[in-house]
Amino acid sequence: MSGGRGQTFLGMPRAGHPGPTADTAVGHLQGERDFPTAARDALSDSQLRRNLGHATATIRAKRASVVGEVPDWEALRDAGSAIKTDTMARLPELLEQLETEVTARGGVVHWARDAAEANAIVTRLVKQTGETEVVKVKSMATQEIGLNEALEDAGITAYETDLAELIVQLGHDAPSHILVPAIHRGRSEIREIFLREMPNVDPAITDDPRALAEAARGYLRRRFLRAKVAISGANFAVADTGTLVVLESEGNGRMCLTLPETLITVMGIEKLVPTWRDLEVFLQLLPRSSTGERMNPYTSAWTGVHSTEGVPDGPQTFHLVLLDNGRTAALADELGRTALHCIRCSACLNVCPVYERTGGHAYGSVYPGPIGAVLSPQLTGITGGDEPNDSLPFASSLCGACYQVCPVKIDIPSILVQLRAEHVEARKARSKVPTAEAVAMAAAAWTMGDEGRFAKAGRAARMGSPMIRRGRVRVPLPPPLSGWTASRDVPSPPPETFREWWAHRDQSDASEARA
Amino acid sequence: MSARDEVLRRVREAVGSTGGTTPPPRAYRTSGDLPAGSSELDDLLVERIEDYRATVQRTGGSDEEIVVAVRSVLGSLGVTSVVCPPAVAAHFLAPNGDQESGIDSRAENAGPVRIVADDGSLDADTLDGIDAVVTGSAVAIAETGTIVLDGGPTCGRRAITLVPDIHVCVVRPDQVVQTVPEALARLDPARPLTFISGPSATSDIELSRVEGVHGPRTLVVILARS
Ligand code: SF4
Repeated sequence: MSGGRGQTFLGMPRAGHPGPTADTAVGHLQGERDFPTAARDALSDSQLRRNLGHATATIRAKRASVVGEVPDWEALRDAGSAIKTDTMARLPELLEQLETEVTARGGVVHWARDAAEANAIVTRLVKQTGETEVVKVKSMATQEIGLNEALEDAGITAYETDLAELIVQLGHDAPSHILVPAIHRGRSEIREIFLREMPNVDPAITDDPRALAEAARGYLRRRFLRAKVAISGANFAVADTGTLVVLESEGNGRMCLTLPETLITVMGIEKLVPTWRDLEVFLQLLPRSSTGERMNPYTSAWTGVHSTEGVPDGPQTFHLVLLDNGRTAALADELGRTALHCIRCSACLNVCPVYERTGGHAYGSVYPGPIGAVLSPQLTGITGGDEPNDSLPFASSLCGACYQVCPVKIDIPSILVQLRAEHVEARKARSKVPTAEAVAMAAAAWTMGDEGRFAKAGRAARMGSPMIRRGRVRVPLPPPLSGWTASRDVPSPPPETFREWWAHRDQSDASEARA
Repeated sequence: MSARDEVLRRVREAVGSTGGTTPPPRAYRTSGDLPAGSSELDDLLVERIEDYRATVQRTGGSDEEIVVAVRSVLGSLGVTSVVCPPAVAAHFLAPNGDQESGIDSRAENAGPVRIVADDGSLDADTLDGIDAVVTGSAVAIAETGTIVLDGGPTCGRRAITLVPDIHVCVVRPDQVVQTVPEALARLDPARPLTFISGPSATSDIELSRVEGVHGPRTLVVILARS
């Protein structure tokens, strides 16, 4: 259990008693190195920064244009936020309702306390089918728990079918973006990977995305047609109907959800929405925020096991695995739990000046960017020590761009500030002696704890909207939050900034904090 | 304690007593302003579907006219084999055709097209050997250019609209709504639903959109209006 979660910080109401945090030894919720150290490598890789800069700028523009044409966008965000708040408040009954509905429709529901248990359940279910190969459609939850490795240990090969996941898998690499996991790879690198790892690729293949996509189609086609078992995630689960929903682009999701005999879906317990009607909000918010499209090419919704006009339609065996793995630790805090509202659109990554420069790997966890900085440490626990995830709440300039674009209005900057304070509290509790850092953070708490002062700091932090022009941050940050760089109007933070901050974090100037 | 009971206990304890909950505000639009069945609504749908680089063919609303349009699309794409739900086979493709022989007797000028009515027995490999699929639809959403299939008699089971490389989808005017909320209100979640917005695509390589990965690479929507 996290050290700092026993009490209220910054006057925020604590809801209930936290569940245990996730075991960082299983799965991919924490990296090997702290953020500043990992970021330093990324910052010195100019190819990576070019790829990221190009990709995030493109997707920002696409998102802005399709969001701009929706006259009731803000009303949709308000509804999305309120539905998720309501979901969390009623999670126990909604989970039981989901279980009842899925079961009534022929599905089997499993519960997993943690990553190891979820892996064991899925492995057992695959073994029961007698198969040694499974196809997978992109799922954050199964990456989080390290399912592919667990299956491999059991002699089961998992084929990733999402093009980006395939690039990552064939490149023996880690995903670096929620939506475009291979965002760090340029087309020529992808061509190299395909030539090296894909059997039967035409050696004359060009680096035209069209040709590369065609190669992936050829590579996966037979696998889809003969697959007996598929593993998926879920974007949403509807409590009152038992419906599961997956949004995708390529059709690999439909292949996995339709052709195999057995489907196993792994889903975090927070992915619920209460009613079928609620999807009318999220099916508008998610595609526009994530890929910047009015609608993604394919959305599949299924409820248990289906027959159409009397003939079987899709997998006739369906398992749903509901995963805790630290979510109940985050759920206990009223502000912190809003991180569980996330619908994984990745808009906050694409606008984040820190993410744009460091990429996803620096965050260590499968959840990168601003949402990762508030979600990962809550799932694994703020220790107050030097665990890599302890550094994540500091991996932000608090510029507020993430909050502005978030389709469910998660106030990421406020959660970051609270987690920083928790870190300091936990550190104090470990050392029993107030450190200079603790004093500085107490000042931060002072700023954030009072509504008037917070509003003033917030105004300063968010003034000049839109804050990011031509990809540059132009926001003067109020002290004591300006520890990152003195001026925000810089083309990129020099690597020294992270290093210096980390090295000198114990010497923060408390008097500056009160200025 | 079972994993189920323990997870539920943790959730209950973590949530605590947060008091009553309030119904979420729904100040967003739950219907569009374009009149149902209007040509403006059709135009919006056509524009949005074409934006995904799918093709839209307009035709009259009678069964006769729809059959002609479907056949001409299939002919222009050089299709020689088609799978469809039995109801579509009967109504759209070969109203006078001989289903048993699999040869459409109306195929005077388009060459013989093998028509396979799906009885649920076709496996993925068989479907992979068929050029195209023809279906109806349940709902079409104009603002997003989306067609929804619901496994009904004209939509068929999901595999047949997935494996063949060409999907020809007939939309009737009374199926067109303007907004996402209107569409969801018409759909039955107890059915298997597939929302289709353009042909399959990926943006995974440097975010440049490429049409056609695993799903049908060609989508033709036939919009029938009487
Ligand atoms: S926090 Fe908000 S913006 Fe970021 S991925 Fe989640 S839903 Fe999207």
